[in-house]
Amino acid sequence: MSNERRSCLSGTGLTKIFGLGRHKTVAVDHVDFEFHEGEVISIVGESGSGKTTLAKLLLGLINPTEGEIYFRGQQRDISSHKKKQEYWRNIQAIFQDPFSAYNIFSKIDTVLLDCIHMRGGRKLPYAKKVELMAEACSFVNLKFEEMTNKYPFELSGGQMQRLMIARIFLLKPKILLADEPTSMIDACSRATILDYLLKLRDEIGMTLIFITHDIGLAYYVSDTVYIMERGKFVERGSADDVILRPKEPYTRRLISDVPKIYEEWDLSTV
Amino acid sequence: MGKVVLEVKDLTTKYITRFREDVYAVDRVSLKVEEGKSLGIAGESGCGKSTLALSLMGYYFPPLHYMSGEIVINGRNISGMKPDDVRKSVLGTEIAYIPQAAMNALNPTQKIIHFIEDVVLAHDPTENKKFIYDLARASFEILGLPAEVLHKYPVELSGGMKQRTVIAVSVILRPTVLIADEPSSALDVTSQKMVIKMLKGLMDNGFIKAMIFITHELPLLYNVTDDIMVMYAGQIVEKATAKEAVFDPLHPYSKGLMGSIIVPESGLRNVKLTAIPGVPPNLKKPPAGCRFAERCKYVQPECSATSVPLYDADGGRAYRCILAENTLREAYQHVQ
Repeated sequence: MSNERRSCLSGTGLTKIFGLGRHKTVAVDHVDFEFHEGEVISIVGESGSGKTTLAKLLLGLINPTEGEIYFRGQQRDISSHKKKQEYWRNIQAIFQDPFSAYNIFSKIDTVLLDCIHMRGGRKLPYAKKVELMAEACSFVNLKFEEMTNKYPFELSGGQMQRLMIARIFLLKPKILLADEPTSMIDACSRATILDYLLKLRDEIGMTLIFITHDIGLAYYVSDTVYIMERGKFVERGSADDVILRPKEPYTRRLISDVPKIYEEWDLSTV
Repeated sequence: MGKVVLEVKDLTTKYITRFREDVYAVDRVSLKVEEGKSLGIAGESGCGKSTLALSLMGYYFPPLHYMSGEIVINGRNISGMKPDDVRKSVLGTEIAYIPQAAMNALNPTQKIIHFIEDVVLAHDPTENKKFIYDLARASFEILGLPAEVLHKYPVELSGGMKQRTVIAVSVILRPTVLIADEPSSALDVTSQKMVIKMLKGLMDNGFIKAMIFITHELPLLYNVTDDIMVMYAGQIVEKATAKEAVFDPLHPYSKGLMGSIIVPESGLRNVKLTAIPGVPPNLKKPPAGCRFAERCKYVQPECSATSVPLYDADGGRAYRCILAENTLREAYQHVQ
């Protein structure tokens, strides 16, 4: 099925090395991948496996040492600021910590208005802009009347993360990269955030890339799972294949370390 | 039925804020822990789990204040005691506590062994150092920690090792009850498993007699504890065994909570993930009736009229809802 889909983002031999000589750290080590349109992908790894570096490479926040990234079949070009902005119209991100993701000096209205302007809606009449903002807020079950004229720090963590999704709703990117979107909020709000993200995927048909250390989450949301260890993908495949029938010893160990409820959790293996 | 080592009756504690507002974070909580059992406390952030843990120690300092109720540990009532007495004769020897940020609990300028000496000498100044060293070494050996750790500074240890060291130090005086407040929330899965294995081993090795384990991670709670108590807005809304609480919850809030469990197992494909809409009530002005009423799917008109007591159900369970057991179970059937 994946062969019929168009490639959205792919990479060959992507490498990032920090430092020089003796002190060099290979954070991402010659990885190849192909993400298709409308697919939900999870990149799972422990801390220090290079998954956040990979996310930064995909977003174009840092330049790769080696290798190429292709966006919709064409080599990605972010050599100038203008081209970078053009690229960011297509790829957006949600980060781990919603508290530090907002500009503390701009009000929520400004945050949402910026998104409308970025989509080329600068010349829209005022009433239309308000309507769009209200629609985005109601998508994530926030009330626009309560949000207006407030600063982001006046919201709770869960509300901020939902406002982040409202931003994405207005921006309608081709790719959304969610870097540990639920690790700062508790398990009960986690289901809500995941539901909104999946609903948003259905609404605007984007590719959704989760970067996470939570294998349960990866199994729940994704079509394809990539397991990352020390900068390399050690295993990849459909969620059922990788999580239920893991082949690599590393994947097996990772899965056996997560608490289970339906099966016995074997504590003797550490 | 084993010997009850910790019994709490109608414990109420409150925070007094800078603006002289009362926040009732623990509201008439009663619980019993038997020897050899572990009790889990579940609930979302801000429901009073950590405050309950602090209140159970009987060691109150502003802004936390004791209001009413009894804490009986090993037959001794500690609820009315002065903070200094509590620190001398209860903490460490009767109740030990592992805080959420155990990573920062060690003194960065002291070696672990000196830290242990301080802990032991604070309770018995006559103890000699050789004895303390032997005690620490023996404890570390049983718990599977290398003895070299004793001569290291906290910065030299990894996160998981630091956490396990803190646990080993906290049980060095063989307390009756250990309270573990999210001991593994900052660790990766492998270190978490080591910490859990160690905690489970404490009771078998006779270090502690009972344990109270607090976390919002339900799969973990299910694996570690015998009984689970679900808290909501400072009150207990359900008490049951771990298995019943996870697979057959009665209270609508517990049901919602259990519906948010995500595990990497094939069983997950058969359940529908549920989320609870809304936010918990403000505890400065708690609602008069059922505190969960405004978020509840099965709300009745009489829910918000009067406060709901904890009803007993079959098999030693209890839940705080005006609907009958069968009505609730039937309602859940229709959802799935």
